[in-house]
Amino acid sequence: MKLTGAEIVWEVLRREGVKTVFGYPGGAILPTYDAMTKYPDIHHVLVRHEQGGTHMADGFARASGEVGVAIATSGPGATNMVTGIATAMMDSSPMVCITGQVGSKAIGTDAFQETDVTGVTLPVTKHNYLVTRADEIARTLREAFYIARSGRPGPVLVDITKDAQQSTAEYDWDAATPSLPGYRPDLHALPDEFERALDLINSAKRPLILAGQGIIRSNSSNLVLQIAEKAQIPVAMTLLGIGAIPAGHPLNLGMMGMHGEAWVNQAIQRADLLLAFGMRFDDRVTGNLKTYAQNAKKIHCEIDPSEVNKNVRVDVALIGDLNATLEEIGPGIKAVDRSEWVNAINELKGDAAVRDIQSLPDSGNLYAAHVINDIWRITKDVDPIVVTDVGQHQMWEAQYFRHERPRTLITSGGLGTMGFALPAAIGAKFARPEREIWVVAGDGGFQMTLAELATIVQEKIKVNIAIINNSYLGMVRQWQEFFYDKRYAATPMVSPDFVKLADAYGLLGLRVTERGQVADAVNRARAHDGTVVIDFRVQKEDAVFPMVPAGADLDNMIRRPKPVAPALPESEGDGEWEMPK
Amino acid sequence: MAKHILVAYVEDKPGVLNRVASLFRRRAFNIDSLTVGRTEKVGVSRMTIVMDTDDVGARRVESNLYKLVNVLRVDDITEIPAVVRDLALIKVAVNSGNRTEVLQLADVFRARVVDVDDRSLIMEITGAEDKITKVCDVLRPFGILSMVRTGVVAMRRGSDVTSEEPPLVPARIVTSAVDQSASDAVMSV
Ligand SMILES: Cc1ncc(C[n+]2csc(CCOP(=O)(O)OP(=O)(O)O)c2C)c(N)n1
Ligand SMILES: [Mg+2]
Repeated sequence: MKLTGAEIVWEVLRREGVKTVFGYPGGAILPTYDAMTKYPDIHHVLVRHEQGGTHMADGFARASGEVGVAIATSGPGATNMVTGIATAMMDSSPMVCITGQVGSKAIGTDAFQETDVTGVTLPVTKHNYLVTRADEIARTLREAFYIARSGRPGPVLVDITKDAQQSTAEYDWDAATPSLPGYRPDLHALPDEFERALDLINSAKRPLILAGQGIIRSNSSNLVLQIAEKAQIPVAMTLLGIGAIPAGHPLNLGMMGMHGEAWVNQAIQRADLLLAFGMRFDDRVTGNLKTYAQNAKKIHCEIDPSEVNKNVRVDVALIGDLNATLEEIGPGIKAVDRSEWVNAINELKGDAAVRDIQSLPDSGNLYAAHVINDIWRITKDVDPIVVTDVGQHQMWEAQYFRHERPRTLITSGGLGTMGFALPAAIGAKFARPEREIWVVAGDGGFQMTLAELATIVQEKIKVNIAIINNSYLGMVRQWQEFFYDKRYAATPMVSPDFVKLADAYGLLGLRVTERGQVADAVNRARAHDGTVVIDFRVQKEDAVFPMVPAGADLDNMIRRPKPVAPALPESEGDGEWEMPK
Repeated sequence: MAKHILVAYVEDKPGVLNRVASLFRRRAFNIDSLTVGRTEKVGVSRMTIVMDTDDVGARRVESNLYKLVNVLRVDDITEIPAVVRDLALIKVAVNSGNRTEVLQLADVFRARVVDVDDRSLIMEITGAEDKITKVCDVLRPFGILSMVRTGVVAMRRGSDVTSEEPPLVPARIVTSAVDQSASDAVMSV
């Protein structure tokens, strides 16, 4: 079948199962947009900024596990994508970005809107391509999808010249099979490595599972739970590992790392064995590497060999798909009574509960942690998907919103990209239209991509947006408070009236200034037909505790000061303190 | 820290050298030399990479190279019997008084004299890196006017392995044998 390159693009997208693409047109991609009209079964979402388009594709991928697709024109369109691509790269999110490029004859001449996009994106993509001929489009796109979703997933960019889109070629799906002799996504550990790992596990007295995003990506939650329960191994989660196992599970300790709970970090420092499942010992979870988990042997179950021994030296590496690794190793793990160890960790929790913000006397102020915990209480029956931005509110979300299921927290971990939440939530909504979605964003980050509110309006979708408005770039302000003598350089932030802003977009805006109004606003938002923006005016100078200062020992945490006034009786609801998670 | 020699077989496609170079830059891997050229097989190029690193560092480079989609195979031939060669062209200042002496030195080192005029001559010399370094040391007093070296190329000895069928080996991981305190470079990222 003879088709234009532009038509081949859509044919391949359709065959790859793509139903939604997020894009923004321009001269160099115009032929592809023109051909789009012949493919009405693929829905195109017109974004307001190409960064938003990439975060949408990323959010789509994280919510669904499928490849997200973003489209942009050459030059500025493509460079606007870079932040979103780097975000997806750092968090191993499968994404295919298609960009138009100037005509192949004009390449290298600094033609209008020419940018060396494959050059610019080389270090932030899993792989990228420049396609200059129509007959290369089908195979290249197929390879792009295959690379994006296999092995350790990641973003792949395909830059297609305008003439390649315009000229015709024979389209044959079967003939365009990927040909990637050097690509090896399917590595497997060796038998003796499994044996060594099992010896370590079965003889450990104080083992701990470090649960990372790899569990979610490889659908291994059940296998991890089986192992944890059988061998009584407590589990600590990374930020991106949240949801990998239920927050309410008795062996789930909560989040580790810089803003992890004190007992979790203390447990890591006391453990005699760390079982790292699909996590990469990022500096945000290890603190000072020289003193990190010195008492522990380490087993690293990881799909990407280049992550092994990168930050932390390990004793055994089990390379390969986590699911396959756990299948193999699971039967050899012996049931051992480790209640002493589990109890010892639980004892560490007591002190933390007293310090917890939930225990603070009600000062009349609205605390972000309360807002987030209240949203969780009210919505927990439906397990909403929460998409956060980056900053203090992100950490409070991780601590005070309890996620019981995989893929219910979507957040930018590795790159920490402000402006991620709103567009990523739009992508998540397209992936999971039936699910309730909450955006939890700061006043700063929300303003980076709020133009996408218009996308929401144009697409008539509903998400609930909680702006945790502290009038500061709060996380930076916190560092200034702790480490720069409270010199608040460039962190106080003036924002528009978010209620009026919502109104200007034709959306419902609500404002909340007291704890007593939270539940009402949340319920109104849920009941409302369209997207709702809630401006939560929270305590301005609150800080996220505990905190491991960058580079400090993991158990050397700045703790929340113990309350001076007696703790309030338990908050309404469950009859006992919610252990922050 | 010791010299490691890696041989990488890569697809002969536009931009592949850039990808490899970009990887070294981005990960702050320090390389002594990198050479690239065609092989006996159409579509496959071969890179020889020399670097000063420990075993764990070499494994990191290897596993990162494998992450590049266009890299077909990586061999660490540091411990394997191999022919290792560097080629240099050295232009030495000479006059009628010392020319014979320089020519004799060239003979001793089995260098070929490939160009002569009344004030200089060019020597071509191949050999292991340290041999060439030694030649330079000896010639320096006469005055080295100009020098160029190709960087190391290497090939394992014997007929047991060819690049005919790259056995796709997963990146090897060094684990237990590692002294935790040995490499602060990796620890202090
Ligand atoms: C694009 C980008 N720029 C800068 C930063 C650095 N940064 C991290 S958190 C933060 C403050 C975020 O403020 P806000 O969105 O109001 O959230 P808060 O911390 O107040 O909850 C900043 C500026 C970043 N992570 N991303
Ligand atoms: Mg703020």
